[in-house]
Amino acid sequence: MDYGFTTAAYVVAAILFILSLGGLSGQESAKRAVWYGMAGMALAIIATLIGPGSGLWLLSLVLIVAGGAIGWTVANRVQMTEMPQLVAAMHSLVGLAAVFVGFNADIELSRVLAMDPAARAGLEGFAAVLAKKSAVEINILRVEVFLGVFIGAVTFTGSVIAFGKLAGKVDTAAKKLPGGHLLNAAAAIGSVVLGVMYFNDAGIWTLVLMTLLAFFIGYHLIMGIGGADMPVVVSMLNSYSGWAAAAIGFSLGNDLLIVVGALVGSSGAILSYIMCKAMNRSFISVILGGFGGPAGEQMAVEGEQIAIDAEGVAAALNDADSVIIIPGYGMAVAQAQQSVSELTRKLRARGKTVRFAIHPVAGRLPGHMNVLLAEAKVPYDIVLEMDEINEDFPSTDVAIVIGSNDIVNPAAQEDPNSPIAGMPVLECWKAKQVFVSKRGQGTGYSGIENPLFYKENTRMFYGDAKKSLDALLPMID
Amino acid sequence: MKIGAPKEIFEGENRVAMTPDSALQLQKLGHACVIEAGAGTKAGFSDAAYAAAGVEVLPTAAAVFAAADVLVKVRGPEEAEARLLREGQTLISFFWPAQNETLLKLVAERRATVVAMDMVPRISRAQKMDALSSMANIAGYRAVIEAGNNFGRFFTGQVTAAGKVPPAKVLIVGAGVAGLAAIGTSTSLGAITYAFDVRPEVAEQIESMGAEFVFLDFEDAQDGAATGGYAAPSSPEFREKQLAKFRELAPEVDIVITTALIPGRPAPKLWTEDMVRMMKPGSVVVDLAAERGGNCDLTVPDDKIVTENGVTIVGYTDFPSRMAAQSSTLYSNNIRHMLTDLTPKKDGVINHNMEDDVIRGATVAHQGAVTFPPPPPKVAAIAAAKPKPKAVELTHEQKRAQEVAAFKAQTRNQVTLLAVGGALLLGVGLVAPASFMQHFIVFVLAVFVGFQVIWNVSHSLHTPLMAVTNAISSIIILGALMQIGSGSWLVILLAALSVFMAGINIFGGFLVTRRMLAMFQKS
Repeated sequence: MDYGFTTAAYVVAAILFILSLGGLSGQESAKRAVWYGMAGMALAIIATLIGPGSGLWLLSLVLIVAGGAIGWTVANRVQMTEMPQLVAAMHSLVGLAAVFVGFNADIELSRVLAMDPAARAGLEGFAAVLAKKSAVEINILRVEVFLGVFIGAVTFTGSVIAFGKLAGKVDTAAKKLPGGHLLNAAAAIGSVVLGVMYFNDAGIWTLVLMTLLAFFIGYHLIMGIGGADMPVVVSMLNSYSGWAAAAIGFSLGNDLLIVVGALVGSSGAILSYIMCKAMNRSFISVILGGFGGPAGEQMAVEGEQIAIDAEGVAAALNDADSVIIIPGYGMAVAQAQQSVSELTRKLRARGKTVRFAIHPVAGRLPGHMNVLLAEAKVPYDIVLEMDEINEDFPSTDVAIVIGSNDIVNPAAQEDPNSPIAGMPVLECWKAKQVFVSKRGQGTGYSGIENPLFYKENTRMFYGDAKKSLDALLPMID
Repeated sequence: MKIGAPKEIFEGENRVAMTPDSALQLQKLGHACVIEAGAGTKAGFSDAAYAAAGVEVLPTAAAVFAAADVLVKVRGPEEAEARLLREGQTLISFFWPAQNETLLKLVAERRATVVAMDMVPRISRAQKMDALSSMANIAGYRAVIEAGNNFGRFFTGQVTAAGKVPPAKVLIVGAGVAGLAAIGTSTSLGAITYAFDVRPEVAEQIESMGAEFVFLDFEDAQDGAATGGYAAPSSPEFREKQLAKFRELAPEVDIVITTALIPGRPAPKLWTEDMVRMMKPGSVVVDLAAERGGNCDLTVPDDKIVTENGVTIVGYTDFPSRMAAQSSTLYSNNIRHMLTDLTPKKDGVINHNMEDDVIRGATVAHQGAVTFPPPPPKVAAIAAAKPKPKAVELTHEQKRAQEVAAFKAQTRNQVTLLAVGGALLLGVGLVAPASFMQHFIVFVLAVFVGFQVIWNVSHSLHTPLMAVTNAISSIIILGALMQIGSGSWLVILLAALSVFMAGINIFGGFLVTRRMLAMFQKS
């Protein structure tokens, strides 16, 4: 097949990808959209396989099928609570693939440049494209390869660390090597120097060395970011994997790669923006890790945490007409979503209004809570966003906080000196009664006291979320 | 410490400051209790009941005064009683220090400590010892019962075989604790209840009790929060308007219960003689402010009169005493809570902590000095309602101007962005070769489309979005596929690895997305 057909297929695939992302605006259209994405991907691969420049297609096909089989198994086995680590793991694969493809481009380029003009004429495929490039174009190509490999490498190690943290294999606390961000800065400067050398034909070793530095940056950057900032990290890595693809697309002269890379890159960027906004922090401060010191004396918290047992909660729930449940990462950790769903079903069967309030950064992945609740068969039309439900708390009888902390911290509004001052929070304390299901008396990720737990209308329902809820369930009638 | 309750010597006072129940609670604080014989008889508590609760029954008041370290009483002490107080002894009772200056001086001279239950500050922590409120609650209830007793008809409307009975109409003036209690009692008896108060913020409380708020359209509405929740005197204009409203209501209502009091002043005259004349025969006015001169012109304190046109006016001042069992129980509980605060260690030792807002506020005489009036409490009684900023009504033109300005600002922003972006693009175009520009344009357009599309993605689908973008970012496989045909084995190896990894990602990403989306169900 000639080049024209491949391009046409790429255009169709690009449109399908755009539709596939656009379809995610609603739950129902999303179910159709995912098929668009698959069709686009299939079309793109087939067009490339039968198009110009490809070879060893049998091997390619075998590898795709083998990889696909693994992907299939993983996708079917993964628990919904493990979604964050799965997403992170998949980002790392994209990052590593980008590094490899970038290296290949450079190797091919050196090979082609070493050939004499006669041999060049006999080339086909990717090498032929390279052979036709002028000196300026080759320089641009090197910039693109360099960028692609750099971003890909950062994405790779960053995602591996993010995976480790999310899967609990690496300590989730923010950790930095001595030297902190200076190390990162030094590595980045080193990369730039190596880059300049690389552009001046210093050879592939500069690229390799730069890759190692980028690996370090990815590792160290994500090590320095704590668990609750993971939504930002994962969306940022998502964005990076897109930009890496786009950079590789430039170097290969492949428009589809550019388009998809740009789509994914902007998607991740927007998600990061939304997450940062939801924490009222700048992107830079999240990336640099940790919370800034308090601006002044924090308000002292008065009162005491009053505990309550399952009977008390059950009595209040039996009396309540409207209930709002605020799930957080603790629900995912305790695998309590099924119990929450059962509780919801029972309460709704009694004619009570039960709704869920989801903070944008609840959990470890954007939209994490929604997926968990959907898995537990909680209907999505009672799962509401913060802005939709925040005004309803004053007219709510009972608010149940399950495993969330900072996202329901009134200090964000009441204490201008709090590290999270100004962060939008769910105003659950305005409900007539608040129950907080929580393991112990500790503070949240940000390490600040939560005055909610000391409010007069708050009762602490200590214990593992799942066990607490299971104890509660038989008492609801 | 010994807590002692003498018999009330005030004429007609049936209450008692200690009940067998409260005595048991006091003993838990480590105190011993004594009581004068017969003190609880009128409230329905026999000496035997006290004795059973471990209270020592003493024959005379003098014996109680001699034995006890802390005296608890309902009414303030008579002069004779005050003279029995000795140094270091504490008296807890109503006292009305502002009205009883000579008595206050007398007890201070005797170096006794006096805790006035009527001076307990109105803060949340002190609610449990707020005897004024608990007594007012009883008075409000009893006022309705007294009214019903003197009213010849049903409260509730009925349609019976013998004919239709219209419901009684009740007007309650002043929605303090007593007023609200009266509203509750009246509505639960089935009457149509109206209520009036000068503080507009109580409208909600009135309506929550089931009465209709008599709305007075007046600009300078009072903010009761500034005066600790009590009403303040109103301006003459306001008063006129208020009276006009009452005149309007007078012919309609069957029962009027007035509870309007202003701290430290005689009760305001709100139900005038001409209003009484306008009322139907058989109607009842119950004046809960009779002790302070009455809200009604015709009220005779401590008495019930019937006017020429057949309106009964009840001016009793002892409503709580008329329900002595109930009021003694509540009052003794108030006292008990006060003693709990005075005995912080529960070891039977009184610690008169003058740093404590509540204790300081209620103490009017201590260690030979008059400590009245108290300094303002550190905690504000009721958080002052923030004055609501008035939303400025915009005229049509102003709105229009604002919209135009907003539109212009938006246009300016967009044009600036476009200009900068365009200039950058052009700048790149000047240096970069055409082949690069081709791809670059595609890139810029794709970023633009991406931004447009992703903003519309629903928040709840962010996880599927990540999974799907993950899957499609494996489009990098195309690069690997194009390179795998190369001549170099290293390139083939790297490309093959890339194809393999991308393969995992494509299938894994799309399948997990599909799995997630299938779970989203509507109810």
